[in-house]
Amino acid sequence: MKFAVVVFPGSNSDYDAFYAASRVIGEQAELIWHKDADLKGADVVILPGGFAHGDYLRTGAIARFSPIMAAVTAFADRGGPVLGICNGFQVLLEAGLLPGAMVRNDRVKFVSKIVPVRVDQTDTPFTVACASKQVLHLPIAHGEGNYYAPADELAALEANRQVIFRYTNAAGEVGSEWNPNGSLNSIAGICNRERNVVGLMPHPERASELALGSADGRVVLASAVRSVMDGVRLHA
Amino acid sequence: MKARVYVTLKPSVFDPQGRVVADALVTLGYPDVKDVRQGKFFEVELADADPATAKARVTEMADKLLANPVIESYRVEVLQ
Repeated sequence: MKFAVVVFPGSNSDYDAFYAASRVIGEQAELIWHKDADLKGADVVILPGGFAHGDYLRTGAIARFSPIMAAVTAFADRGGPVLGICNGFQVLLEAGLLPGAMVRNDRVKFVSKIVPVRVDQTDTPFTVACASKQVLHLPIAHGEGNYYAPADELAALEANRQVIFRYTNAAGEVGSEWNPNGSLNSIAGICNRERNVVGLMPHPERASELALGSADGRVVLASAVRSVMDGVRLHA
Repeated sequence: MKARVYVTLKPSVFDPQGRVVADALVTLGYPDVKDVRQGKFFEVELADADPATAKARVTEMADKLLANPVIESYRVEVLQ
């Protein structure tokens, strides 16, 4: 199977995602320039972290107009698995592929550290290989990861089990002291209603080998592989 | 002709940057400052058109790009 990693001008985790998919997970992966119009037969699309288009105006606001985004949107509409990591999550929010928006971190600082993140739902293409309520230690590195949605939207997200990842302590307990950026309901990642598009602020691709401080993120990409393979079997 | 667009965070959205600016002003010797909300200001230069058309065009631009309707509201002014 094949991963596509979209490269925007200003992406900086593109090669990390490419490396994790190809060298760590051992699947095919291709870097796709944002001006390309097609995803070259990819089974899974990753929008990587960074500062696409310099994050001018708002994070992700300009990236959503990149030519490749039409193909990403069509792929997502067909049910294709799409993962937005950090800046990629912000792009998915601006593109309307996920609900809500990002605001500056509540303590205003750029936060860069490894934090515990709890997997709340395992029925998405990027968490299917996780245990329910599994706590992953993943790096975060962002200045605008303070997730916001209006009250009715937030209630709908919770009711539809669209909150996939939450900031917790190592025991998996939610609390404001474990919330690094002020996100509503300690949200670290969500999915769309159809559950095929997932965005998260933490970087699973930067936690794919023990030499990097944690290999916990590997399960996110391994989930995508299992999900695609199961889909292939279902359709065989 | 020119249009001006003022973009601000909706009242329901916490503004961490505005909070920091307010704290700095208090520290500077302005204890009467209660709160600051930070926003964005755009000056858009346009081909001449009648003001109503220009306002409609710029409002569309604000909806599509200049503001994020999830967290921000905006006001458009067309200069004669």
